[in-house]
Amino acid sequence: MNEPLKLKKAALQDLIDLLRREEFKVLGPVVREGSVAFHEVREVSDLPIGMRDAQEAGRYRLTPGVDGEIFGVVNGAGSLKPFFFAPHEILLEVRREHRGFKVRDATPAAPRLALIGVRACDLAALAIQDRIFLHDKFRDAHYEARRKDVFFVAVNCTRSAPTCFCVSMKTGPEAASGFDLAMTEMEDGFVVRTGSAAGERVVSKLQLPTAASEDVAKARARIDECASGMQRQMDTSDLPHLLYDEVDSPRWNDVAARCLSCTNCTMVCPTCFCHSVMDVQELDGNMSRRVRQWDSCFSLEHAHIHGINFRPRIHDRYRQWLTHKLASWIDQFGTSGCVGCGRCITWCPVGIDLTEEVAAIRAQRGKH
Amino acid sequence: MKPRIAVFKFASCDGCQLQFLNAEDELLTLASLVEFAYFTEARSRALDGPYDIAFVEGSITTPDDARRIIEVRERTRYLVTIGACATAGGIQALRNWSEVEQYKRVVYPSPEFISTLSTSTPISEHVKVDFELWGCPIDKHQLIDVVRSLLSRAKPALPGHSVCMECKRRGNVCVVVARGEPCLGPVTRTGCGALCPAYDRGCYGCFGPADDANMEAFTRLMASQGITGMDAVRRLRSINGYVRPWRETADAIAKNQNQND
Repeated sequence: MNEPLKLKKAALQDLIDLLRREEFKVLGPVVREGSVAFHEVREVSDLPIGMRDAQEAGRYRLTPGVDGEIFGVVNGAGSLKPFFFAPHEILLEVRREHRGFKVRDATPAAPRLALIGVRACDLAALAIQDRIFLHDKFRDAHYEARRKDVFFVAVNCTRSAPTCFCVSMKTGPEAASGFDLAMTEMEDGFVVRTGSAAGERVVSKLQLPTAASEDVAKARARIDECASGMQRQMDTSDLPHLLYDEVDSPRWNDVAARCLSCTNCTMVCPTCFCHSVMDVQELDGNMSRRVRQWDSCFSLEHAHIHGINFRPRIHDRYRQWLTHKLASWIDQFGTSGCVGCGRCITWCPVGIDLTEEVAAIRAQRGKH
Repeated sequence: MKPRIAVFKFASCDGCQLQFLNAEDELLTLASLVEFAYFTEARSRALDGPYDIAFVEGSITTPDDARRIIEVRERTRYLVTIGACATAGGIQALRNWSEVEQYKRVVYPSPEFISTLSTSTPISEHVKVDFELWGCPIDKHQLIDVVRSLLSRAKPALPGHSVCMECKRRGNVCVVVARGEPCLGPVTRTGCGALCPAYDRGCYGCFGPADDANMEAFTRLMASQGITGMDAVRRLRSINGYVRPWRETADAIAKNQNQND
């Protein structure tokens, strides 16, 4: 059974209730401090109904949207990243014993999460994080504990923010995989597709009717329109080589003069995974906690090794970030590190736009 | 013998050394690990040096301060400055841009009794400093961590990156991007836990400049928010105004402003 189904707007509450009965903690986009982020949702009214977002480089505002539209806000600063790769967590506890010491693994007791309103780019980003944290025999136990048994309700984008460029990165606006249910919002409800056995179980419990073919066609048209109307683009042709060849591009100095090196782009990026690990002692000296927290290649300390710093200039750090994200990431993980969500553009306080930087580097290629 | 700790005060408000006493949960453990040999805010008995760790609060503003800090250094193994005054000169470093003699005559009926220097300067301009704790006031957790690390002969973890990283780890929404608020976070050192943005207001820079702060880019960001001239100068010349690179940036903006006037 994978034919499109119809979920009426009023029945979205049934979906939330069902997931809650099945002991999921249901999270969805919720308005906080002038943006949206994933927080707990109990009622449909917790979602940003009738709101949209106005995004541009270095600026974000929530605005009045279309009456009754539930998923009108494309995204906010908060991606799915903090739910699986925690911003700050204890990895181990080491306690001094009479003779020697004892190590206790601090694997988290993670709640079962159901995430509603997840966008295609965020699912693509999560697949990249999975590749980083759960690859082969190198599996991060903490990430794995949080990641398993999560239920994803994707929402296909029917409008994009001016900062979005998922079409260029081939990650959206329609969710391709990684979801249990994917919904496309219409005036009176959603066209729903299932993407997993868990998703099928849920729709069978909700007893959803088959979607009318006009609705299916309309949903298709809305997604296509979103894709064709996307304002931002990034030319990814020859991308690994472009950045490797342009290691001495004058553009790096240009962007370094504008970059605050404040780390915001890397913090909001749904795939950036840099972290630092440190041992924090209890005052009595009998216990030590190994702590991992988000770090950034834009911090000076991140490139500090026994006595030298190998990326002392902002120039070095911006180049490292962009070259890793768009080029060496491909060599390392077989995929670009960028999903085109546009968060690094919106949430850069000075509005640096990586699509513009890549275009400028390309335009100056070999001419310096 | 327990390691001997001393806490010295120069020109300051006492708020930083008060962080020892605010560490209520840790205080008994701390007292069992170290001897507070000199800490007049907490203990009337004062023991002579040498001291293993001296925490120095306050800036140097009098000829006597300038002599006393040299004596402290001579009797101390590790000298740690605590707070914006000791580390950067403090809010009182605003005097460095004014006529102190004139103030003396206006404020005091008998200015001849006032023995003061014309400047307020950080401890590091006078003696070698081993570690610096920034903040107004300092962060209690950083203070405890410095004591523990030095007891374990480990280097204290005192990060120099921007407030933004901590702000994002905490899940705050950026007040600059989402509200257009003025915020010194992108050029300010972490350590406070991104306290002000967590309460929906911009950072005012009480932990001083972050490592490698790009002040030219930040000046342009302020200008784009309509913060220019003396408004920008006042934001930078605050608690940590005398420390580079904020001092140089504010001086450059002020000079520009004067030329334009």
